[in-house]
Amino acid sequence: MTGDERSNGNVLLDVNNVSLSFGGVKALENVSFDVREREIRAIIGPNGAGKSSMLNVINGFYHPQDGEITYKGKTRKQMRTHEAAAQGIARTFQNIALFKGMTTLDNIMTGRNLKMRVNLFLQALHIGPARREELEHRAFAERIIDFLEIQAIRKTPVGRLPYGLQKRVELGRALAAEPDLLLLDEPMAGMNSEEKEDMCRFILDVNSEFGTTIVLIEHDMGVVMDISDRVVVLDYGCKIADGSPDEVRANRQVIDAYLGIAHD
Amino acid sequence: MLYREAGQFKTSYVADQAMFPIVQDRWFLAVLLVVAFVVVPFVADEYWLQAVLIPFLVFCMAAIGLNLLIGYAGQLSLGTGAFMAVGAYSTYKLMTGFPDLNIIVVFVIAGFITAAVGLVFGIPSLRIKGFYLAVATLAAQFFLSWMFNKVPWFYNFNPSGTIISPPREVFGIMVTGPEATAEVRYLVALTLVAVFALAAKNIVRSRIGRSWMAIRDMDIAAEIIGFRPMQTKLTVFAVSSFYCGVAGAMLLCLYLGSAETEAFDINVSFQVLFMVIIGGLGSMLGSFLGAAFITLVPILLTNTPHLVGVDMATDTQKHLEVMIFGSLIVYFLIVEPRGFARLWQIAKEKLRIWPFPH
Amino acid sequence: MELLNAVFVAPFADMWEFPAFFVEVVISGLLTGVMYSLVALGFVLIFKASGVFNFSQGVMVLFAALTLVGLMEKGVPIWIALILTMLVMIALAFAVERVMLRPLVNQDPIILFMATIGLTFFLEGFGETLWGSNVKRLDLGIPNDSFEIHGVLLNEFDLFAAAIGAVLVLGLAIFFHKTPVGRALRAVADDHQAAMSVGIPLKTIWIIVWSVAGMVAMVAGIMWGAKSGVQFSLSLIALKALPVLILGGFTSVPGAIIGGLIIGVGEKVAEIYWGPLVGGAIENWFAYVLALAFLLFRPQGLFGEKIIERV
Repeated sequence: MTGDERSNGNVLLDVNNVSLSFGGVKALENVSFDVREREIRAIIGPNGAGKSSMLNVINGFYHPQDGEITYKGKTRKQMRTHEAAAQGIARTFQNIALFKGMTTLDNIMTGRNLKMRVNLFLQALHIGPARREELEHRAFAERIIDFLEIQAIRKTPVGRLPYGLQKRVELGRALAAEPDLLLLDEPMAGMNSEEKEDMCRFILDVNSEFGTTIVLIEHDMGVVMDISDRVVVLDYGCKIADGSPDEVRANRQVIDAYLGIAHD
Repeated sequence: MLYREAGQFKTSYVADQAMFPIVQDRWFLAVLLVVAFVVVPFVADEYWLQAVLIPFLVFCMAAIGLNLLIGYAGQLSLGTGAFMAVGAYSTYKLMTGFPDLNIIVVFVIAGFITAAVGLVFGIPSLRIKGFYLAVATLAAQFFLSWMFNKVPWFYNFNPSGTIISPPREVFGIMVTGPEATAEVRYLVALTLVAVFALAAKNIVRSRIGRSWMAIRDMDIAAEIIGFRPMQTKLTVFAVSSFYCGVAGAMLLCLYLGSAETEAFDINVSFQVLFMVIIGGLGSMLGSFLGAAFITLVPILLTNTPHLVGVDMATDTQKHLEVMIFGSLIVYFLIVEPRGFARLWQIAKEKLRIWPFPH
Repeated sequence: MELLNAVFVAPFADMWEFPAFFVEVVISGLLTGVMYSLVALGFVLIFKASGVFNFSQGVMVLFAALTLVGLMEKGVPIWIALILTMLVMIALAFAVERVMLRPLVNQDPIILFMATIGLTFFLEGFGETLWGSNVKRLDLGIPNDSFEIHGVLLNEFDLFAAAIGAVLVLGLAIFFHKTPVGRALRAVADDHQAAMSVGIPLKTIWIIVWSVAGMVAMVAGIMWGAKSGVQFSLSLIALKALPVLILGGFTSVPGAIIGGLIIGVGEKVAEIYWGPLVGGAIENWFAYVLALAFLLFRPQGLFGEKIIERV
C-alpha cells in the first residue's frame, strides 16, 4: 500500500475541537484532526505544544473540557483508560513507563493482560486452564520478542537495561496487546542513529505486517518525513498545519513556529 | 562450579516456566522437604518445636500474606495483627459454634472471613497511597483490637476475655487442644504452610501477580494499559488477609492454644513488617528468611547469657534485648536493604563461579 | 429507637444543658491536642527536611524526659539538667546522622522508615537500661492548682503547658519562614540534589533538623512527663501523632498544629459523650478512624500538597 492509498482508508480516530486546560493553562485549544486506518500519522511541534497531552486525551488519561473523540465509529466526550485499552488502543510513553521491578518477558506479558481470563483459584493451583492460558500467551509474547530481536534480555529486570532497549521493550509491551491504534510518544528520543534505524524498521514492519494504525510524536524531522503518511503540527496547543510531510515542510507557519518567531 | 546451570537447556516454555528450573535447586528443595517432614519430628525436642518451629511456621504464613501486599503490590499495611486476630476469633467462633466441622475446613473459612474484612479495609487504598495508607490500616488495627476486646460475643462472654482453642482431631489424631502433641501440631502447620506457599508462588507468577506488580511499579501506566486498579488492589487485600487470617488461626490452635487481644496488637504488625522487609520484599524466600530471623533472634538473645555463663537481671536483659534487636534491624537495613533474599541471590551468584573470582 | 436517641440526641442535649462541662472537655481536648501537635511538629520537621518519616519521634520524647529526670534524680540542678539534656539530644542527632542516615541516604522511604522503627527499639532499650523503667516523677515547680472562670474549671499547669507549646510552635514557624537556615531546610525538603548543588550542606542540615526535633521532643516530654509521670507509655504518643499528620499533611507546620488540636478535641469529646455507650476506650481508635474518614475525602490532608501525577 502506498502512502496515498493508506491515507484514503476509513477514519479510525477523529478528534473534534478538543480543548484541554489545567487550571489556567491551556494545553490544547480547539484541535481537530483525523487518523485513517493503517496510516502512520505524525504529531509534531515545538516543546510544550501539547503533543503528549493530545495522546493522553486519546488514551483517556486526561479528560478534555471541550470537544469530542470518535473512535471506531463511536463518539464520546472523553475516553476512559480501560475502555481505550479494551478497544485496542495501546501506547508508549515519553519517559518510559515500564514496570521496573519485572523482567522483559513479564513486562510484555502484562501487555497480554486484557486477553487473559482465568480466575484466581485456578491460577493458584496452576493447572489446566490456567497453565494453558499462561503458555499460550507466553508463546505470543515470545513472537513479539523475536520480532523485536530482544531474546537475549528476556529474563533481565528492565530496570537494568540501557535506555534504547527499554524503549524497545516498551514497544513490545504495547504490541502485546494486539492494538488497532498504536500511540508512540517520542519512540526515538535519546537513541543513536543505528537504534533509530532499527526502531523505524520496527514501526514500519508493525504497520505493514499487522496493519496497525500508528500515531507518533517525534522530534527527529528526518524520521517524520521518511516514515509518516500525514503530519499534524501543533504549537501552543493549537493546530497550525495538517497534511502530507512535503506540504507541512513548506508551510510558513510551521517554519516560524520552529524558529520561534512570534505570531500575532 | 557446584551450582552451574550450564548444560541445563530448556526446550519448551513449560520447562522454562517451572518453579525451580535449576536441577540443583530441585534437589535442595527435595532434601529440605524430607528433613522438614520426616527428620525433624523425630529429632527435635519439645522446646524446639513449641518455642521455635511452630511459631516460625505461623509467622511464615503471616509474612507471606504481608509480602504479597507490600512486596508484590506495593500497598503498605500496618494492620497485620488485626487481621490475624480476625482469623483467630473467627476460628474460635466457628469451632465453638459448629463443633463437628473439620478443623482444616474451619481454618479455610476463617481465612475467607478475614479476606472479606481485608477487602473492606482495603477500600481506602483506592484513594490513598504510601504512608497515608499505612496510617489508614492502623485504623483497622486499633479498631479491630478494641472491638475484639469490648464486644463479649467474640469471646463467648467469657469473663476473662481469653479465647481457648477447643480440642479437635483429624483422622483420629488430636490436632488442637491440650492433648495434641507438639509433633502433630508441627506437621499440620508445616503442611498448611507448604500448601499455601505453593499457591502463593503460583499466584505471583501468574496474571494476577503481574497485575499486582504493575500497580506497584507504575500504577498510572498500569491503568492506561488496561489494568483495573480497584479490582487489583481489592484482590491483593483479600488474598493477603486470607493468609494472615489463617496465620491467626494457626497461632490460636496450633501454637498458643489460647489468646487474648494482646497477642494481636500493633507489635505483632510491626514484627511481621520487619520479617517482610528484612527477609526481602517481593520474594517468597524472603518471607521465610525474615520469619526465621525475627523468630530466632529473640530466642538467641534470651538464651545467650546462659550459654556464655553471664548472669543478668531479667529486667536488664529484656532492655538489652530490645536494644540489640533494634540495632540489628538498622544494621541489616544498611547492609542489604533488599533483605536476606537478595543476600541469598548474591551468594548463589558467587557459587556459580566459585572458585573463580569472576 | 433508644440506640438512635443515645447516639444522635442525648450527647448533644448533654452538651447544651451543661455548657460549662462541655467547654471543660473541649479545653481539656485542646490541651492534649497541643501535646500531640508538639510531637507531630517533630515529625514534620524531619520529614520536611530529610524526607524521613521518623517513627522514633515518640521514643525521643520519652528518651529526653528520661534523661532529664535521671539527671535530676542524681542531684543535678534543673537548669543544668535541661542544658545537659539538650546536649544529649544534639549528640543523638549527630549519632543518628552518622550511623543511620548517611549509609541509607538513597534508599526507599520505607527502608528509612523501618530504620527509624529499629531506632525506636534501640532508644527504648537504651533509655531503660540507663535510667531504669519505673515510673518517674518530674517536678518542675510549676503550679498545678485549678481555678474557675465562668463556671469552667481550668488548671494552671495545663495552661502553662499550652502557652509553652504555642510559643514553641510560633518560634518554629518563624524559624522556618524567616531565617536563612529555615530556607535552607525547606530547600532540602524539596530536592536533595538541587539543594546540594547550590551549596547547602546536607549533612549539617540533617543534624540541625534532628537536633531541633530533639528539642521539641524534649519540651513535649517535659510537659507530658510533668503531667502524668515519665513512663514507657509516652512513646506510644508517636502512634497518636500519625493521625495528626494525616489530618494536617506530612509537610505542614500549621497543619500539624491544627491537626493536633482537632484530634485532641475530637478524641476527648467522643470519649466523654459517646464512649460510655460502647464500653469506653474509644480513644484507642477514634483518632485513626477520624483521620481515615478525612483521607477519603482529601487524600493529602488539610494542608498537604496535592499530589499531581504526570505521565
